[in-house]
Amino acid sequence: MNRFDYVRPADTAEAVAAASEPGAAYLAAGTNLLDLMKGNIVRPTRLVDVSRLPGLDRIEWQADGSLRIGALVRNADLAHDAAFAKSCPAIAEALLSGASAQLRNAATVGGNLLQRTRCSYFYDTASRCNKRAPGTGCDAREGDNRLHAVLGWSEGCIATHPSDFCVPLAAFDAIVEIEGRNGRREMALDALYPPSGAAPERDNVLKPGELITAVRLPASASAFAGHSRYLKVRERTSYAFALVSAAAGLAIENGTIREARLALGGVAPKPWRARAAEQALAGAHADETAFRRAAAAALDGAKPSGDNAFKIELAQRIVVRALTLAAQGTPDRVPALPASPFSSVAGVRHVA
Amino acid sequence: MNLPLSLTVNGERRELVLDDPRVTLLDLLRERLELTGTKKGCDRGQCGACTVLVDGKRVNSCLALAASQDGAEIVTIEGIAQGGRLHPVQAAFIEHDGLQCGFCTPGQIMSAIGLMMEAQTGSDPERIREAMSGNLCRCGAYAGITEAVLEAQKMLGTSKTERAA
Repeated sequence: MNRFDYVRPADTAEAVAAASEPGAAYLAAGTNLLDLMKGNIVRPTRLVDVSRLPGLDRIEWQADGSLRIGALVRNADLAHDAAFAKSCPAIAEALLSGASAQLRNAATVGGNLLQRTRCSYFYDTASRCNKRAPGTGCDAREGDNRLHAVLGWSEGCIATHPSDFCVPLAAFDAIVEIEGRNGRREMALDALYPPSGAAPERDNVLKPGELITAVRLPASASAFAGHSRYLKVRERTSYAFALVSAAAGLAIENGTIREARLALGGVAPKPWRARAAEQALAGAHADETAFRRAAAAALDGAKPSGDNAFKIELAQRIVVRALTLAAQGTPDRVPALPASPFSSVAGVRHVA
Repeated sequence: MNLPLSLTVNGERRELVLDDPRVTLLDLLRERLELTGTKKGCDRGQCGACTVLVDGKRVNSCLALAASQDGAEIVTIEGIAQGGRLHPVQAAFIEHDGLQCGFCTPGQIMSAIGLMMEAQTGSDPERIREAMSGNLCRCGAYAGITEAVLEAQKMLGTSKTERAA
């Protein structure tokens, strides 16, 4: 790990000023940053410790029914907040399917959004990686690439965004609140992540010094609470990144889908909102035919970036499964194995 | 750069000065406070051998900067037995053969104590296994570990929060 200066600002304004200097990085829990620093993959010269900034650790319901989650709320605290889990069950399930209990106790909401889009070649400093060392090339293209992206990738980078949390956040129209040198701004979570291509080294559109202070979920998110799930296929059932995952929410009236929300994880350099699939579902009868049509729409345009064509079929199956489970109704409690497709739920076929 | 750091470690107040901000909580415990019960396995947050309680919550001490923990209350494996009497989780690990080589055991035990304080699993072995997935055991003592957690939960019953802390 390189040497760095450590500063602990007293408030957000001080933090923004301290982090606006070249080479500075924000430190919250550090569960991703310190790992990358230990591997000499990132080398910030100054860490601005925001973990104690006042007022950013609250979960607040707003008068308009929206929910404001402070950037320093820990992943586990959010997932286990009873009112939140009731209103946003797919998000709670996604949180609990990510990382380990120890990491969820430490990792923050803001840190989760800003964890690096990454692959094993990004971690391996002996490999060429446009994200780690811009302009050097991408060894993943001709390498071991079965875990890489099938949607939204570019020749420059085929890594995936590893967050589970961000997948349902994208589906349910989360908004990100940002503090910067020129004051406050906000944007849809979807807009936080730029399309892959021009600059693989940039995972997000934040300007130097900009700090995420909260994530907001509009009141409309809770309209899907009765019919929503997050499903995630992994190479082991717990403590693994997604091969593919899907967050699904349905608003169903008399068997007909009034409105749908769908996003995919593990398939793209960003949490992948599937709007065409949502449109295909709106007005349809909630059945397998509609779910298969939506799955095909969600993966329309997908192409392998390597030895990963299997992900295109797998993602469609997991979309059908997630929609099927969502239509059956949200379980009262997050299952013992959160987001696992290998649970014995009545009516679910293991071969979709 | 010298950073003053005030911690409570196993009930004892420690006033320290860090001469290097790179020191992790794990290295502080092992190298500067000579509390070597907390183990360094992968040092990257993947194995759980370094698990300690920070303000009552289990975390990976290898991925926590010591400087960031100013004011925190830390409990390590050295701080859980009372007056020479093993903590019920320690006793249950022995009773149920929840270990072979023992290297991962301090982390497993601190994680199990954290799990009980979180109170999310009840007595469902599947939920316990899931909640312990951040602790690897290369000897494969998982069956015994799950049994030990189940038994310790039963023994501690309603008094678990004060005893576990």
